Amino acid sequence: MGQILYAAATIVVGVFLCVAYFWGSNAVLDRLCPMKGPEAAANVRRANAIRPWLFLGPSILVLSLYLVYPVFNSIWLSLHDSSGQDFVGLGNYVWLFGDAKFLESVRNNLLWLVFVPAMATFFGLVAAALTDRIKWGNAAKSLIFMPMAISFVGAAVIWKFVYDYRGADQEQIGLLNAIVTGLGGDPVAWITVPFWNNFFLMVILVWIQTGFAMVILSAALRGIPEETVEAAILDGANPFQIFWRIKIPQIWGTIAVVWTTITILVLKIFDIVFAMTNGQWGSQVLANMMYDWSFRAGDFGRGSAIAVILMLAVTPIMVWNIRNARKEGQ
Amino acid sequence: MEGHAGQKASLTWAVHIAVAVLVVLWTVPTFGLLVSSLRDKDQLAATGWWTALSASEQTLSARTEGPEAQQKEGDLWIVRGNVFDSGAGQIASWGTSSRAPAAYQPGDTADLGKGESLTVEETGDYVLASAAEMTGSRGQRLFVQSVVPPRFTLDNYRTVIGAEGIGRSFLNTFTVTIPATVIPILVAAFAAYALAWMRFPGRALLIACVVGLLVVPLQLSLIPLLRFHNAIGLGKGYFGIWLAHTGFGLPLAIYLLRNYMAGLPKDIIEGARVDGATDFQIFRKIVLPLSFPALASFAIFQFLWTWNDLLVAKVFLGTGDSQLVMTGRIVELLGSRGGNWEILTAAAFLSIAVPLVVFFAMQKYLVRGLLAGSVK
Repeated sequence: MGQILYAAATIVVGVFLCVAYFWGSNAVLDRLCPMKGPEAAANVRRANAIRPWLFLGPSILVLSLYLVYPVFNSIWLSLHDSSGQDFVGLGNYVWLFGDAKFLESVRNNLLWLVFVPAMATFFGLVAAALTDRIKWGNAAKSLIFMPMAISFVGAAVIWKFVYDYRGADQEQIGLLNAIVTGLGGDPVAWITVPFWNNFFLMVILVWIQTGFAMVILSAALRGIPEETVEAAILDGANPFQIFWRIKIPQIWGTIAVVWTTITILVLKIFDIVFAMTNGQWGSQVLANMMYDWSFRAGDFGRGSAIAVILMLAVTPIMVWNIRNARKEGQ
Repeated sequence: MEGHAGQKASLTWAVHIAVAVLVVLWTVPTFGLLVSSLRDKDQLAATGWWTALSASEQTLSARTEGPEAQQKEGDLWIVRGNVFDSGAGQIASWGTSSRAPAAYQPGDTADLGKGESLTVEETGDYVLASAAEMTGSRGQRLFVQSVVPPRFTLDNYRTVIGAEGIGRSFLNTFTVTIPATVIPILVAAFAAYALAWMRFPGRALLIACVVGLLVVPLQLSLIPLLRFHNAIGLGKGYFGIWLAHTGFGLPLAIYLLRNYMAGLPKDIIEGARVDGATDFQIFRKIVLPLSFPALASFAIFQFLWTWNDLLVAKVFLGTGDSQLVMTGRIVELLGSRGGNWEILTAAAFLSIAVPLVVFFAMQKYLVRGLLAGSVK
């Protein structure tokens, strides 16, 4: 109970402080630069120059401290030893590229990068195209979209139950093994099969992200000008040709957005691997390895080096996003 | 959409079937979790959840009551009882040894030697009879193959909320989530207004920075911020995680709100300015109320993200009962209770119930936010 009060008090105090800051600083500015009197024009100009920074101040402070500073601090830490005291140059990176687990993580991350965005976008596209043609499409969309709300940890439990394995002499309570044995096969401990277990983990993320892809692509498909489709129908195109030749080319931009958004998420994937295998049986990924080295082994140097690699991996997408945003802004 | 002449009925059917298959694939895993969490734990461990509605045959190992329950009836010492805890069930066969757990039919009498005999009826009633007074402290071991009617219960939920600490973690998660959702909205709304409607040097650069920060992996922030929190004496705790979530949520908040605010009709804002309204007044009286849909979108995002987060909580919160959030607790249960599906399913369903309610109640805003938030 005390904890709830603490949280409630924090909200009240926090909101009050925020409002007090914004209101107070504006009031002070208005007092210092009154819009009346002999210097009114100069004052208005001065106030207009200062006010944006009052509005932006807290955000800039928080962003610099919580996102910008850590980027540089991580780079600095990655050049130092486990305690962050002694400079080791590129030692941590040299170690990384000789480490089997790291190379395994890179390979797995690449697998994730190819498989998850591709499958999620594909299923999202199919779901968007199909649900738009039927009456109960919105209900269907809602259900396919639902896993978006489920945490990675919750999804891990859900799918671990699907993949559950018991000896061949016992009755299978995991859905997948029940289907396999029902078809006459032998049960398999899916998440411990090296290499292929990666795909069983990826399925979870595809399951979660398909809804996202579907929602965005569905909006894009609806935005396609009717005339182009009607013209194709008049020319005798069949529904498949209309979809692949007329509609898809018109939504390439949106497909790219969906793809890159999922790509960024995939690069950072942590919870699913952490909860399902914790990187055992050849399923390690960069983010989980980074967590292991930083917070289990307590080696901030190596942990930071892995984080910097992650940062390098998202940088091309970051640059691309910024360029697109600037183009749109002009 | 292309319901024009010549559209084949078979194709329409194919679409219906394909969508149905997709929906089933996407909902069955979650449905299985929900059904399992409501099943009796012995049945859950014995049969698949898809058989939940049919009676199941399972082997139970039980003991008769010990010699302290014996009563003299005529020449014999007798122990009576029922093998089912709940008293309801139907026995298909039974036995007294694990090597032959189905040696006897209901109603048979097994000779246990030393003048003892055991009879088990179809209802589970048993009679253990002995010529001499029984000694020792434990009853006779027996195995029954029983046909158990399907049983649904909320016991699993009672167990996880109480004994497994999910109740406490539920509270902790709320404690993290609510301030971590409210505070960034306030801070971001002012910044978004400035970036959308105020003119000052460096504005384009700042917007580009926000877009760039959207994709910075938060892995990069964990170590430096933990060190920073330790250095200023904040350590691990709720205050630290609120600040961290605020920082990580701000880029998206500013981006979403700015895009929305920039799209508001220019006439209204310019008009108010001409009438002598200050920026603070315009923001509070015009822009903020009009931006409600965007505020709601971001609030849902941030709520879902902070509620579902595991990594930030693991780094910035302690592992004691007073700070362990639900995702963290479930990961611990996965380790310690890996085979106890009645506990895992109930705990997981409790943790996803709140986001699912939010999702279905506010789907409209979530979709709108997604459409606005993906960088175009």
